[in-house]
Amino acid sequence: MLAVRNLEVVYNDVVLVLGGISMEIPEGAIVALLGANGAGKTTLLRAISGLLDHHEGEITKGSVTLDGAPINGLTPAKIVGRGIKQVLEGRRIFIELTVEENLRVGAYTDSRRAAQNLDRVYGLFPVLRERRRGVAGYLSGGEQQMLAMGRALMSNPRYLLLDEPSLGLAPLLVQQIRELIEEINRQGTAVLLVEQNATMALSVAEHGYVLETGKVVMDAPARELLADSDIREFYLGLGAEGAAKSFRDVKHYKRRKRWLS
Amino acid sequence: MIEFLQGVAGGLGDGSVYALLALGFVIIYKSTRVINFSQPAFMLAGAVLVSYLVGPLGFYLAVAVGVLVTAMLALGVERVAVRPMIGKPVFAIAIITLGIDIAMRVVVNGFIGTDVRQVGDPWGLASRPLLGVPVQERHIAMVLTAAVAVALLFAFFKYTRIGLAMRASAVDQEAALTQGVSVGTVFALSWAIAGGLAAIGGTFVATGAGADQQMWIIALKALPAIILGGLDSLEGAVAGGLIIGVVESLVGTYQADIAPWLGNNFAVVSPYVVMLLVLLVRPYGLFGTREVERV
Repeated sequence: MLAVRNLEVVYNDVVLVLGGISMEIPEGAIVALLGANGAGKTTLLRAISGLLDHHEGEITKGSVTLDGAPINGLTPAKIVGRGIKQVLEGRRIFIELTVEENLRVGAYTDSRRAAQNLDRVYGLFPVLRERRRGVAGYLSGGEQQMLAMGRALMSNPRYLLLDEPSLGLAPLLVQQIRELIEEINRQGTAVLLVEQNATMALSVAEHGYVLETGKVVMDAPARELLADSDIREFYLGLGAEGAAKSFRDVKHYKRRKRWLS
Repeated sequence: MIEFLQGVAGGLGDGSVYALLALGFVIIYKSTRVINFSQPAFMLAGAVLVSYLVGPLGFYLAVAVGVLVTAMLALGVERVAVRPMIGKPVFAIAIITLGIDIAMRVVVNGFIGTDVRQVGDPWGLASRPLLGVPVQERHIAMVLTAAVAVALLFAFFKYTRIGLAMRASAVDQEAALTQGVSVGTVFALSWAIAGGLAAIGGTFVATGAGADQQMWIIALKALPAIILGGLDSLEGAVAGGLIIGVVESLVGTYQADIAPWLGNNFAVVSPYVVMLLVLLVRPYGLFGTREVERV
């Protein structure tokens, strides 16, 4: 189990981004993390994967534990070695390398089983096999997202942290990414899914957390979140009756739900 | 015609040394975005080390040990002086390398003294005919050595795990971190490789005339070479080095006849003239990054 306890993160010694967050990702589960821009979702992922240093951030309180052992303070390389891998927002593939070279970099910490994992990744993403000699920068957006996910899977991680995998993708591709996440999970990898596309995230996750300005404001099984009227209104864009709201009827944009007072 | 071919051959020889030095600059620039101005000091240190080791070890073994020790030296310098500066402005780090260069050369100069130190190479200034053109043996050795070194280097970056990781972190450092690549290792290794290349280059520069305190200036010829080739391109560094070498050699051969009004030793500044001309036409160099982008 990957767990975060009372995590407090400060950037540049002044900006408090996470104010005491606790959450749990059980082995083999899919957990969704929802929240508006600037809620601290990406920061939470950085805190888990050890990338805060790279952004002048620091964990000032609390801990991140893997199976009870603290992993905060370890280098990103060590954390990857323990089986936690993050897919950065915006794909961030190595554009000048070929597709296969990208994947081989993904196998950096587990090079002995690289061939085996390469087969598995090509099985999950057949389009990558077709384009394996091509320069990665020329892939389409959806293919790049698949490459980013495939690259992360090359070391066979136990926990996969996905940051906005549906960002900038067409609805059909979002659907495909959703199915891939389910398949990856079925093969035994737990997934922490950070999404703005709450419908997609909650449809695939078992449990969901809602983050607002650095605090967890809701924490419930995905089914309950999908049924929650506030979530429906503010994250799924559905009215109380279940139909999509027309902006003509309600001056929706003037209202903003605040859980914190 | 013979004169021309001789000039080209000599230029290719010297050019391959510039290429080795330029590769050192480019490798460090690619992985750390810093132009390492201490490269001349490592070149001098390598040559002087070889000149001391050649007595007990013989030339080839001395070069091997000299390259290894210089690489270790670069590793140490990176660890002590550059690593703590990670995350600071690259301009500050570049200035630090300038300081390292000056400090190191003072120490190395102490070992040179006022004489010229010989590296005891087996070639001297002997020539042999190659396709009817007399070519200095040391130039042939330079080209062959550089070719082998470049081939090894390209294979390293294409096929090995750490070489790939170095290329990856040159493209996107944070993404490389998320793959478990230790950026510290990448930095250290790039310095070590650059140090080793500088030592090979230095030894070759010192063949023939020997190493003296002014030899480091030759390493600066790598600067026009990398600007010419594009700062972040390994192929460019090799091509730039060779072009600079040939231009310098041909200008040296013909300038006195064609344009005597330019005065003596115009060949020395010719690389910089070429650099300026290329910058006018292609500011990113001949092989500099064209952004890979879908349109």
